[in-house]
Parts: sequence; C-alpha cells; structure tokens
Amino acid sequence: MRGKATTSLRPLPAPAPPPPPPPPRLFFFFFSFFFLFFPPRQRNAGAGPLGGRGGSREERTDGPAVAWQRPLRQRRRQERAERRPRAGAPSRPVPAARRARAGAMLQEESDLSLVIAQIVQKLKGSTLYAQLERQAWGSWEKRILKSLNSMCTELSIPLARKRPVGEQKELLNKWNEMGTDEPDLSLFRPVYAPKDFLEVLINLRNPNYENGDSLSFRTHLGLIQVPLKVKDIPELKEFFVELGLTTGQLGIDDSTQVPPELFENEHVRIGQKVLAEQDSAAAQQYIRQGSPTALRAELWALILNISSQPEDILYYEQLKTNVIQHDLLVDSLIYKDVKLTASNDDYYFVFEDYLYQVLLCFSRDTSVLGHFAYNSASPPKSYIRGKLGLEEYAVFYPPNGVIPFHGFSMYVAPLCFLYHEPSKLYQIFREMYVRFFFRLHSISSHPSGIVSLCLLFETLLQTYLPQLFYHLREIGAQPLRISFKWMVRAFSGYLATDQLLLLWDRILGYNSLEILAVLAAAVFAFRAVNLMEVTSLAAAEAVLADLSTLKVMPLLQIFLFATVT
Amino acid sequence: MFLLALWIMAGKVKWVTDIEKSVLINNFEKRGWVQVTENEDWNFYWMSVQTIRNVFSVETGYRLSDDQIVNHFPNHYELTRKDLMVKNIKRYRKELEKEGSPLAEKDENGKYLYLDFVPVTYMLPADYNLFVEEFRKSPSSTWIMKPCGKAQGKGIFLINKLSQIKKWSRDSKTSSFVTQSTKEAYVISLYINNPLLIGGRKFDLRLYVLVSTYRPLRCYMYKLGFCRFCTVKYTPSTSELDNMFVHLTNVAIQKHGEDYNHIHGGKWTVSNLRLYLESTRGKEVTSKLFDEIHWIIVQSLKAVAPVMNNDKHCFECYGYDIIIDDKLKPWLIEVNASPSLTSSTANDRILKYNLINDTLNIAVPNGEIPDCKWNKSPPKEVLGNYEILYDEELAQGDGADRELRSRQGQSLGPKGGRSRDSGRTVLTTWK
Repeated sequence: MRGKATTSLRPLPAPAPPPPPPPPRLFFFFFSFFFLFFPPRQRNAGAGPLGGRGGSREERTDGPAVAWQRPLRQRRRQERAERRPRAGAPSRPVPAARRARAGAMLQEESDLSLVIAQIVQKLKGSTLYAQLERQAWGSWEKRILKSLNSMCTELSIPLARKRPVGEQKELLNKWNEMGTDEPDLSLFRPVYAPKDFLEVLINLRNPNYENGDSLSFRTHLGLIQVPLKVKDIPELKEFFVELGLTTGQLGIDDSTQVPPELFENEHVRIGQKVLAEQDSAAAQQYIRQGSPTALRAELWALILNISSQPEDILYYEQLKTNVIQHDLLVDSLIYKDVKLTASNDDYYFVFEDYLYQVLLCFSRDTSVLGHFAYNSASPPKSYIRGKLGLEEYAVFYPPNGVIPFHGFSMYVAPLCFLYHEPSKLYQIFREMYVRFFFRLHSISSHPSGIVSLCLLFETLLQTYLPQLFYHLREIGAQPLRISFKWMVRAFSGYLATDQLLLLWDRILGYNSLEILAVLAAAVFAFRAVNLMEVTSLAAAEAVLADLSTLKVMPLLQIFLFATVT
Repeated sequence: MFLLALWIMAGKVKWVTDIEKSVLINNFEKRGWVQVTENEDWNFYWMSVQTIRNVFSVETGYRLSDDQIVNHFPNHYELTRKDLMVKNIKRYRKELEKEGSPLAEKDENGKYLYLDFVPVTYMLPADYNLFVEEFRKSPSSTWIMKPCGKAQGKGIFLINKLSQIKKWSRDSKTSSFVTQSTKEAYVISLYINNPLLIGGRKFDLRLYVLVSTYRPLRCYMYKLGFCRFCTVKYTPSTSELDNMFVHLTNVAIQKHGEDYNHIHGGKWTVSNLRLYLESTRGKEVTSKLFDEIHWIIVQSLKAVAPVMNNDKHCFECYGYDIIIDDKLKPWLIEVNASPSLTSSTANDRILKYNLINDTLNIAVPNGEIPDCKWNKSPPKEVLGNYEILYDEELAQGDGADRELRSRQGQSLGPKGGRSRDSGRTVLTTWK
C-alpha cells in the first residue's frame, strides 16, 4: 500500500473490538471532496440570536491563533465596537442601557420577534432548554468542523490514512519516545482555544426570556446571560459540609506545624481500611477530606471503578495497534497541543511521552462514544464523497467523537504523577473524561456543566464581593474572562501539582465540578485587595497570573465558612 | 561631611568577588555592602577555587584577619576532588571497622550495610591492576571514566572493554601515553546502569549543603534542591554508550541537546520528586530514601572532617550530586566546591538568588562586619530555606533535644516531611 492518500477509495481504520457502527467497508476521502458533516438539526423558526460572533482580538492575550478566526476578523471588529461601552459615557446600570439600545434599534421588529417567541413557546413548551443546548451546540460544532476541514484542505492532509508497513514498524519502535523527532507541526493550529469557547457561551440566550420585563432573575452583570439555577453560599456550605472548619482536612491539617497525631495519622489509617475493604462508596465519602499521597492512586481507581483486568490491558494494546496502523489528522493536533502546553510545563514535561501514548489511543477509542448518551453534544461524522447523508457510509471522526482543543492534554498530565503504567493511566483518564471533563467543554444545563460553573462563579462574586466585581467590570476586566481558562482546564497547569490533586480529590468525592467555580471565586477574594488597585484587564491578568503558590484548601474553607456573608 | 561618610562606610561590609554572577552581586548590593578590590581591606571574598589555593598556598598566601571571611575551606579538595573523596571515605570506613563501630557492619557478601554509598571506584593509573581484577569478575559491566580535576561533565566517557582504557595501563609500552596519563589522573567507577527512570529518562539530584565548621561539624541542607533530567530517553544498550545526552545529566552538556527546553530547563524540584515517589511507590520507601540521602551527606562530611583544615575564616556551600537507582538506593557521585551559579531558567535564577541570600544570612550574621571568633551558631529565624542537617554539638547533647528537633525540622517535600539528625544513637531507630 502506498503511504499517500490517493483519489481511490480506501478502507478506513476499523474501530476497536466493541462492535463499531455500520458498514463492512468504510471510506474516507481526499481533501477537496471531503468534509465533515454535521447531522441536520430541526430548525427553530424565530429562535433568538445564537451562535458566537467570534472573539475580539485584543482580548486574546494568550493561546495560538485559531484557524477559523481569520475570516471573521472584519465582522469581529465591528461587533466589538458596538458592544464596548463608549469611553467617557456616564456610567449607568447595564440593563437599562441595553433596554434602551434594544428598544431604539429594534423598535419595529420587537413586536414581530415577540410574536414569534410566543408561538415558539406554545409549540415547543418545556423542551426549550434542550433546544437551547442543541442550537448553540449545533452552530458551535459546525464552526469547529469547518475549522478542521479548512485545515485539512489547506495542508492537503487526509483526515485518516493507513500507514505503510515501514512507518508502522518505525512508530512501534519509538512508541515510548514519541516526543522526539516529531513531524513538522508549524502549520497546524489548535482547532479552538478556551477563549473562543467562552465567546460562544457569552452569546447564549434563552430565546424565551426578555430582559425588559419584570425581572424574576436578579440583575446579572456578568457575561453569562442564561438563567440557570446555581447554588448560593448557604447551599454550598451544606453541600460541602465536610470542608467545614471543624472537620480535619488534608491540605490544612497535615502541615508541619500540626502534630500528626491530631488528624493525619488517624486519617491515613481509615484510608487504608477503606482500601482493604474495597468499598467504593466509602472511598468517595472518605476522600472529601482529602487523600494521603500514598493512597491516592488506589483510592481514585476504587472510586472510578477501575481495576486492571487482563481484558482492559488487552483493550489498550488493541488501541495501540490501531494507532500504529492508521494515522489520523487529529494525531497532529494532539502532538501540537502537547508540545505547546505540557512540554513547557515545569511539572509535567517529564511525562510528555506518556501523554502521546494516552491521547493517541484515546482518540481511537469508540467506547468513549457511549458518553454522548448523556452529553448534549453529538460526535461529528464523516461521509464519503457523493454519499452525503447516507448513514451506511458514515463513520464517526475521530473515532471517539472528541476533537481536542488547546490545552486538552492538561487533563491527562496530572494523572501521570499517580500512575506510571500506561494502560492503567489510560483507563483512569478515560473514566475521568467521561464522568467529569467532558462537561467542561460542552454546552448543557447540567449543574456541573461549564455554563453553570461560569454562572455560579459570577453569581458568587457578584453577591459576595460586589465592589470588586463592579470595579473589574468598570475597567473592562470581566472576572469570567480571567477565570474561564482555569475552570475549563480544572485548574491543571495553574496550580502546583500537589494542590491540584487535593482539589481533584474533592471533585471525585463530591462527584461535582462546582468546586472549581467556588475555588475561582475564592482566588479572586484572596487577591481582592490587589485587584481593587488595577485599572486594566492586562493588570488584572497579571495579578492573577501566578497561582502556583496558592494553597487550595485554606482558600476554599475561608471563602465558604469563614467569610461574613 | 567627608569624615561622616567615611564613618558610615566604615561600618559596611566590604566585598570582593572573582565570580561575576548576578545572583551574587545582587545579594551583596541588597545588603548595602561596598565593593572593593582584593588589594584593599575587604571583609568578605567570594572566591573561585584558584584564588583560595593562592590565599592559602605556601608561596603566595597571606594571613586573614579576624574580620575577613571567605567561601572555601583551604583544602576543600579533600571532599571535592573525585579521587580524594573516595580515598577519604575508604579510610573513614576502615577506621570505623577497626574501632568495631556498628556503623561499619558488613553483610554476608562483605558489603558495608550503612556505608556503601559510593560506587566501586579506583584511581588510574595507580590502581590499574586492582581495577582489572575487579573488571574481570564481571566482564559485562560498564564503567565510567572521570578526570579528577574537571567539572561540568568534561572528559567523561563510558567503557565496557578493557581495551578502551589501554593507555592507563601501567604495562603500556608506549611511553608517551604513560607520561600523558600521569599528568591527568582519572577515577574509574562502576557505572550505575540501572538508574531510577522517570518518564523513561535518567536524572540526578543536585542538593546544596552549607558547612560552617567541621569541628564541631555543623552543616545545613537547602530544602529546595532539584533534579536534572536528560533530554534523551535512557537506554543501557552498548550502542549508546558514547551518547552523552543519554548518560550525563550536567546542564552544561544537556543544553546542547536538540530537545533542550529553555522554559523548564529539564529541572524538577525535589518536592515534585517526592510527590511522584510517594504517589507511585508509597510513603515509607520515599521517607527511607530521603533519610538515606541525608545520612550519606553527613557521613561524607564526617569522613573528611578529620583532615579538613577547619580554618575559622571559612565556610563553604557544596553542590552534592546524587543518583538514585531503581531499587531506590541513593549513590553519592560527587561533591562540587563551586556549584554553578549560572541560571538556566527564570525559576533557576530565583532559586539561586535565594540560595545565596540564605547562605549569606548564616555565614555573615546580621550582614555586619564579621568576627571569626563568633560561635557560628545562627538563630533559627535566619535559616531561611536551610534546615539543620547535622549539628555535632547539639547531637552530643541530650537525646531529648534531638527528638524535639526532628519534629520541627522541615525536610525536602511539598508539605515537609520530618528531618532527621543522624547521630549515632538515632541509627538504631533509623535502621
């Protein structure tokens, strides 16, 4: 077989053992005729404006230029001009301004849109949220796919191809050191970065909700404009009761000033007992107070129900074979991401090769498709030229349905401190992904979804640190713009590793990502004094640039339990 | 006015250095010290090793006055030259054995139980025949050749065949080689070909140890040491024996590698190492490893203490290089008298700046003009990131004192483990 893709139809990589979707022969296509297609959605006549308008350039202070942003540069500038408050204009409460602007511009159309909205509501009823999700997600997904397609076209690289035998042997030989001799990646760009995703979230609107009328939802000055239910501090206190001041914590009560007899020794003993009993539920309860470093790897495996059976190891080996045999475009994206993020990280650069081994296999793992059952997103499909829409000729691309974005490899990196055996590392990561991490980059109304987390963060800040919040808004430094990247990555790469692991202990213990939003708010509270002095977004970013010295548990405890509310 | 200025300046420490590094100079300036030349009246001289040789040499030497401090001991090479270090440690072990000390206990194979921390080493050409005997016992072993007086990995190479070191053979007929080799002494050590690998790569530890006096021995360990990783995956394969990027961890070598990264510089903090080992191997073995590391540092200092010229004008900050093998046993590779003060990354610069800062706080109390007659016992508050590794005076005090200290001490580690003062009586519990 020749290494290059040709115009003739070729078999696609067969997915892993679990029964794959359809056809005996899968095709892939050559660049110009090939594109990723997104299954058609029900059109919602008259649904409110959705779809992001692209991020404004000046606010992207980090992260590489993303492929699809360039054509939108013109539109973005115009929209930015519209959105920004005029310099020198007297400050007034935003809702009024928005109302006034909306009223002036849409006077004629407002009646029409109201009518349409009412009709829509009558027709769709309570499934509105679901549609909101699908709509927003739909256009976002389209954009990602378009970006991937255009990269494909520009670089003349097929989405997938089978490797020639010589190349397979070579890859097998250097399986353990893929970090060296990587291909030329300079032309690749990440498909999207968290900042782009934030712009989409900012523009989410509930089409059924109008700002102008009687406000049942308290005036929200943040970026997220979707009225989801989030917890307030009393509810959080109840939810996170084990983090209270009177309960022992690892991360606080194990510091050197505290004699270990008071808490630590007993806690370790209980942990060992939990492991001996192999009681998953008890482990989950136990880990709310933090896990001793020596027990953490086993406790997490217990909570995530991972046990290394021979069939699991075999499964991983099968995935590895898939990687050897076939090359996917997504692989280059993974390479690029690792090289941009983990390879430059003080803590994780050592594990670079493990990251490739995990992520390349991950992208070929069709069992991950299972999580789309409870994810509002759906995996993209690819079709053969000329057979668009014919399900028999469709296959998911990438095979696991997850397109990596800038920073994706940082989900795996901290786990390398716990597991050095690749198949176990792989299983743990996969389980963490399908339980938690996927929520951080898909749009949904779930309380642990990123939209709710953003809203929770903003609400906490606005309610309990109103002066700070207002000040930051005034200087054009909406807090969410700074904290979003922390939450999307679950703080990986921002905190010191030992602190990060203490935080992720609690994610597992409470089975919820809400703690990320609480921590983000706590960080702002901690640096509030400095933040009140800044006068620009860049300065605010600088104050919050380095979180590596923070101690997570004291911050959380003080914010939740020791602040006068 | 002039006299006033003179009087004010008279109270300030006058410093000289022949090592032009910003981490040093910034520290001097931040204390308001005054720079002078070596011919003037100076109080503090941060010397290179050549200069210290001159100061204490018979021909060119001069006496130091009571208000002058230097940063090297006159015969530091007893510890910092590879051949002399091994010689001193061997002598120390033999002495303990003769005394019948429990420290010198051996196992059934004749290996020291507690003092086997230096790989088998021979001097060349002096011990050539002894080496050949040892080599023939395990002919598939790899050995590492190191020139005695060089640093930064210069001149080091690996061998696995006798033919590769023919020129050091005493029996060599080619006289020109013999004369050349007698000028340049080498040590040959058994190569540790099973180092602990992380991410598939070999690394070593660089730890800083400050010694303020040898008799009584008082030394401090800097908590923020670091690991230096190779940029290339480790392989013991014989085909890669001459690939220095695989085997030598010196930054001076690695930074020329293709994959060298200037952001992290291939360095890990020791607390990262501790977290990784505790998470993957367990707490007991990790604590044991770090205890052993402290132990071998103290033993190496005790070994040279009798021969060291304990000049009261001197202190010294050593760079200890330690390798951990895959059985989690630490090995002492060498001790550096002038650990590099060049900063390879931003974090490195901060670390070395703080290192010098804490060193000066201990060596020159209060930043005032020093008086060599002081008792060299700084208060706990000025230690900064140093912790007491071993204090002979205190160790010979009552045992209760030691117990208290081992609780307060903060060892290397993210949250700080418990430090250990390795006195003789603590040995039994440590065992």
